[in-house]
Amino acid sequence: MTIIAESKPKEYCDYLLRPGNTNCAGCGMSIGLQWLDQALAGEKPTLVIPACCGIVTAGAFPTSGYGVPTAAATFASSPALASGISAIAAINKEKNPIICWAGDGGTYDIGIATLSAAAERNEDIIYICYDNEIYGNTGGQRSSATPEGAVTSTTKSGKGERKKDIMAIMAGHRIPYAATLSVAHRDDFLRKIKLARATKGFRFLLILSPCPTGWKSEPDESTDLISTAVRSGLFPVYEVFDGKRYRINMKPDETPVEDYVKKQKRYRSVAADPKGLKDYIDQQWRYLIGMAKAFPATKDDGAFLATDVKAE
Amino acid sequence: MARELVTGNHAAGNALALAGEANRNARGCCAGAYPITPQTEIIEYLRAFEFSKGSVIAVESEHSAMGVCIGASLAGGRSFTASSSNGLAYMVENVYAAGYYRLPIVMIAVNRTLGPPWNIWVDQGDSLMLRDAPWLQFYCDSHQDLVDTILLSFRVAEDPRVMLPALVAMDGFVTSHTQMVVNLPEQEKVDAFLPKCNVPHRLRHDHPTTVGGLTWPRETEHHRIEIQQAMDRVPEVLTEAIAEFQEVFGRKPAGTLVAEQTEDADTVIVACNTMARTLKNVIAERRAKGERIGMIRAKMFRPFPRSDFAAAIGSAKRVGVLDRNHSPGSGGIFWQEIATTLRGRSDVLLQDYLVGLGGGDVTPTVINEIIDDLVKRKESSEPVWKEVAA
Repeated sequence: MTIIAESKPKEYCDYLLRPGNTNCAGCGMSIGLQWLDQALAGEKPTLVIPACCGIVTAGAFPTSGYGVPTAAATFASSPALASGISAIAAINKEKNPIICWAGDGGTYDIGIATLSAAAERNEDIIYICYDNEIYGNTGGQRSSATPEGAVTSTTKSGKGERKKDIMAIMAGHRIPYAATLSVAHRDDFLRKIKLARATKGFRFLLILSPCPTGWKSEPDESTDLISTAVRSGLFPVYEVFDGKRYRINMKPDETPVEDYVKKQKRYRSVAADPKGLKDYIDQQWRYLIGMAKAFPATKDDGAFLATDVKAE
Repeated sequence: MARELVTGNHAAGNALALAGEANRNARGCCAGAYPITPQTEIIEYLRAFEFSKGSVIAVESEHSAMGVCIGASLAGGRSFTASSSNGLAYMVENVYAAGYYRLPIVMIAVNRTLGPPWNIWVDQGDSLMLRDAPWLQFYCDSHQDLVDTILLSFRVAEDPRVMLPALVAMDGFVTSHTQMVVNLPEQEKVDAFLPKCNVPHRLRHDHPTTVGGLTWPRETEHHRIEIQQAMDRVPEVLTEAIAEFQEVFGRKPAGTLVAEQTEDADTVIVACNTMARTLKNVIAERRAKGERIGMIRAKMFRPFPRSDFAAAIGSAKRVGVLDRNHSPGSGGIFWQEIATTLRGRSDVLLQDYLVGLGGGDVTPTVINEIIDDLVKRKESSEPVWKEVAA
């Protein structure tokens, strides 16, 4: 049947993300997918990818950039497809993880009802959003994940609204595990994938995924940018257990957000005075610190991985 | 064989469940379920059924109901669902996807008027909206026809020569909510009739593939050609399936269409679903008065059985089509299809009647008035609105 992309039994074909994929230089997905592969340590997931750069990554038939079984879902449907795949896997006692790999458009916008429903049903799925804060695949339009002030092809003078807090929304579903992952912090990233893998039920992982094409940044600065986003407090790295116990993994170190903004031309309209972003950081951290104080994670939360990581 | 007095929805739910259960020795079954009047009882039936190897997921929308079916089928399970009206409209993107993925999903469409304005009564406009989707379509006139056609649909859809989804339609309320005596099949017979569901391109770890990714025009053309070729093989596969159905169940369901008294007919009337049952009585009465008139109950709509229609119409001089649907700016959809069948036939007068839209009651009187109009005609006109609800 013509819709199947054949794979040849060669060594490089066994990688989750194969050489020859179509990702741009400096794309956060390239790091994220390789670290996902490494964290799973040889275990092969089934991928479900909606319309997004992630399916373009595969390239065109009959080749595929993915070395694992992969379904290309319609834009809003990856958690629905994954639910069906998961149900058949469960009744056949198959253990390979089922992973949705979706962009912010498919997660924050068009797919949010489907995502919410699958989370509410606590489907046995790992949902990973690589959030590049735009519709990258269509040339860089605003999404509800686009931060305030960022210029996109549909917000020519900078977006007037704030970024949606998808983590709070997912925590509100009381799912077993939700976490943010930095492509500049490998140990933390791998630990969280392993912890998600060891957890049952719906798991939500959010990656801030640099997009040099859309962010108008230099490809070789992608990981530095994410490191700056973490240190400035713009991208907080934390975990939420059962939607109600918080653990902050990294604290900001007073790196000015200007260091982040000035390296991306998408922020050109606010670069001189990123006050909106500073307010956003303040409010975000007051909320997070408050939650982590009032509802702290216990030492059992993620304990399996604490020992696991030490043993390595 | 259990003869039971059941509703159309109960009969459909029962047939889907038995088909799902029949796959317990393979990869099981999984359905996505979402309610909408008048099909809701079907998904309630499925949710209550205790599958030995299957699950029915109650999702948040029809779009996701079909999404779950796609996932389940891509994982190699047998899959099915039901919907109606705006539910089908909301589902459309994934309906097309299911067909383009070549997944043998079976869906019941309980025909209901598309809104707004809101109307829950029967009209075929909802399932016919899907006429250009890569799906088989069958229209049923009775509860028994429904049960038998659902089982046949799984058999044909999952046949490796076809490997396409199938839609089975019934009239909202007129069929879904009324009771008829039905031979409900035993599980063992369904087990004997339906082979294990095998989706050859399912997702698997021993042979990882990317299903549904990007293609160039050349591959896309071939993909579409293969779908047409699969459609072309349906009549042959259906004929075989009916023969085996008869062996297992001892009765013979209708195939692509049912022609009655057309052999010597000057006038032939075409209708589907329960309108065809009323029509049958009208034809019998007019025959008794010496009129050379016959009828065709349209059952299979996709693939459209042009040669069967041409053969059944034969040398008739006039063909009237009762369309309980409306394609704005054109006319009735069955009429359009039959027009392609009769292209080049200047000896046949083909007339369309738009009747019973929004659930208006198509009584014998209404049908007689239509036939009186047709037999007097010297030439055809644009589709005629035959209003019945006034």
